[in-house]
Amino acid sequence: MEVSNIIKAENQVFCKSKLMTDTALSYCPGCGHGTAHNLTMEVIDEMGISEETIGVAPVGCSVLAYDFMNIDMTQAAHGRAPAVATAISRLWPEKYVFTYQGDGDLAAIGTAETIHACNRGENIVIIFVNNGIYGMTGGQMAPTTLEGMKSSTSPYGRDIETMGSPLKITELIANLPGVYYVTRHAVHTHKHARKAKKAIQKAFENTRLKKGISFIEIVSNCNSGWKMTPLESNIWMEENMFPYFPLGDIKVGGILKK
Amino acid sequence: MRSMTELKLMKGNEALAEAAIRAGVDGYFGYPITPQTEIIEYLMTERPEKRTGMVVLQAESEIAAINMVYGAASTGKKAMTSSSSPGISLKLEGISYLAGAELPAVIVNVVRGGPGLGTIQPSQADYFQSVKGGGHGDYKLYVLAPASVQEMSDFVEDAFDIAFKYRAPVLILSDGLIGQMMEKVILKPQKQRMTNEELIEKYGDWAVTGRKGRERNIITSLDLKSEKMEARVHRLMKKYEQMEKEDLRFEKINCDDAEYLIVAYGSSARISQKAVQLGRAKGIKVGLLRPITLFPYPKQALFELADQVKGILSVELNAGQMVEDVRLSVEHKVPVEHFGRTGGIIHTPEEILEALEQKIIKNGSIKHHKSRESSIL
Ligand SMILES: Cc1ncc(C[n+]2csc(CCOP(=O)(O)OP(=O)(O)O)c2C)c(N)n1
Ligand code: SF4
Ligand SMILES: [Mg+2]
Repeated sequence: MEVSNIIKAENQVFCKSKLMTDTALSYCPGCGHGTAHNLTMEVIDEMGISEETIGVAPVGCSVLAYDFMNIDMTQAAHGRAPAVATAISRLWPEKYVFTYQGDGDLAAIGTAETIHACNRGENIVIIFVNNGIYGMTGGQMAPTTLEGMKSSTSPYGRDIETMGSPLKITELIANLPGVYYVTRHAVHTHKHARKAKKAIQKAFENTRLKKGISFIEIVSNCNSGWKMTPLESNIWMEENMFPYFPLGDIKVGGILKK
Repeated sequence: MRSMTELKLMKGNEALAEAAIRAGVDGYFGYPITPQTEIIEYLMTERPEKRTGMVVLQAESEIAAINMVYGAASTGKKAMTSSSSPGISLKLEGISYLAGAELPAVIVNVVRGGPGLGTIQPSQADYFQSVKGGGHGDYKLYVLAPASVQEMSDFVEDAFDIAFKYRAPVLILSDGLIGQMMEKVILKPQKQRMTNEELIEKYGDWAVTGRKGRERNIITSLDLKSEKMEARVHRLMKKYEQMEKEDLRFEKINCDDAEYLIVAYGSSARISQKAVQLGRAKGIKVGLLRPITLFPYPKQALFELADQVKGILSVELNAGQMVEDVRLSVEHKVPVEHFGRTGGIIHTPEEILEALEQKIIKNGSIKHHKSRESSIL
C-alpha cells in the first residue's frame, strides 16, 4: 500500500491541535512536555476561547511554549508566572489566564508566588509539569527529585538527611482555602492523556465560572535528565514517581478528597 | 471636586499615590517598607477600585510585586510599583526583564540609607543602582528625580508618558525626605483610565490581550539566536539615544554669572538652593545645576558650564556617586569635588556652603587635578 493512501484525514486517530504552531518542538523526543502542550491547546481550541486566553510561559524547558502555542503569551521570570498571571487576571477578569510551569520553577524558586497566588484564589489555571528534575539546565536536583534519585547535583542519590524530602507541593496547595480544584495526572499513555485533558477542560471551565484556582499537576518524564530511553523513563516513572505522587483528584469543588 | 485641579497639603508619598489615581493608572502592586508605605496605605484607603477601577494589590514580596507589574504591563495596562532601597534590590531582576521585554512601567524608589538593612532615614545612595543598570544586562532606566511634593505628584504622569513613548521602564527616584515631608501640592484633575481601544490607538497593538482579530502577540526578553539578541540590545540603545536627544530635563538656578557651581538633585538640590542663597548673600557667585532626569544626564550643560566656572561641588546624600558623572561630563576642565552626608543625616545649607568654600573656593585651583577622593564629613 502506498504511504499516500495511509496518510488521509479519515485515517487520522491523533493529530496536532490546530492551536499548535508548525514550529518544530524544542523538546527531546519522548518528553511529556509536547503532549501536555497539545492537550492544553486542544482544550482551548475546543472551548472556542483561543482569542480570549493569555498564557504565561515559565523559565525551564517550556520557556519557549509561546513558540508552539498559537495564542497570546508572555514569558515570566523564573518562578514568577503566578504573580504575572495574578495581575493579568485582575486587570482582565473576563479572560482565561493560565501558567505552564515546571517543578523547579513552581516548587523551588517560585514557591512563594505559587502559594500566595493560590491562597488569594486567583481566577487562573496552573499547569504544573513535575518531572522531578531541572530539565533545562541539564538534570540537576529539583524539589521533587525522589529519595535516592541521582541527578547532576545529587550524584550519589538524593539524601533526605541533607537535601530534604521531595516536596509534595500539590498536596500543600490543596490545603489552602482559596483553592478550588487540584488534581494530578500523567500524559505518557493515551489513556492517561485523555484523563488529563478532561481535567484541563474542567480547569478552564472553572475559570469561566470564576471559581478561582485550578491546579493541575502532570507527573511527567525527563528522559534526557534521567538518562534513560523514553520507554525506560515512562516505566521508571510509573514504578517510582506514581507511588510518591499518586495520580487522581485531590480537591474538587473546593472540597478535599479523603 | 476631582474633576478640577485641587490645592492640598500632603505628604510626598500621598501626593504620588493620589496622582496615580488621577493619572488613570490601571494597577498598583506593592509591599510595605519604610519610608514609602504611605503610598500603598493611601491607595488602599482611597478605594481606587471604586473611584476609577484601578487595581491595588499588596503582594507577598517586592519580587512578586514587580512581576505583577510585568504581567499588567504585558497586557498594555498602566502599571506601577513602589518600594524603598532593599525592596528595589529585590525588584532588579524584574526590572531587567521589563527593559528586555520592552514593557512600559513605572517604579518608584523612596530611597533610604544602605547598604544592607541600613537605616530608614533619607539617602541618595541608590544613584549607582538607578543609573548604572542595577539589574543584569545592557539596559538603562529613564530616571526622574523629584525635589518637591509637587514633583512627586507631577512626575507620575510624566513617567507614564515616557514609559509608553519608549515602551520602557521608568524610575522615579525619590528619597525619604521628599516622600515624608508635607507641602502644598496642586493636584491635576481626574483622568479616566484609558480603554483597551484607546491604548491600542495611541500606542499600537503589541500587548497580550487575547489574539482577537489579529496574529498572536508574544512578550519575551529571550532571544536564543545571538544576532536577534544583539538586534534587541541595539534597539534598546537606540531608545536611550533618543531619550538623551528628546527627553533630557534639568534646571539651572543662578548660573548666568556663576563662578562656582553646585550640582545636586532631589532633596540635596532643595538644600543646595538655600546654600546658593547663603553664598550669594556673602558675595560668592555660586549657581546650582539640578538634574531632573538622572538618565539622561545633563552632560552637555555641565561641559559648557565648566568653561565658565572655577570649580564644581557635587552635593549628594551618599558617599560620592553622582560626582563620577559630573567628572565624566566636565572632562577635567575644572576641579570637581563631592560633599555628602550618609547614615540618614541630612546636610544643612551652612554645611554645604562651608564645603564649597573649603573644597572648591580655597583649594580648588591649587588642588586642581590632584584631589580626586570624595570626602564625607
Ligand atoms: C533566576 C534564575 N535562576 C536560575 C535560572 C536557571 N534555570 C533555568 S531553568 C531552571 C530549572 C528549570 O527546571 P523546571 O522548572 O523543573 O523545568 P523543566 O526544565 O524540568 O521543565 C533553572 C534553574 C534562571 N534562568 N533564572
Ligand atoms: S531535558 Fe527533559 S524536560 Fe527538557 S525537553 Fe528534554 S526530556 Fe523534556
Ligand atoms: Mg522539571
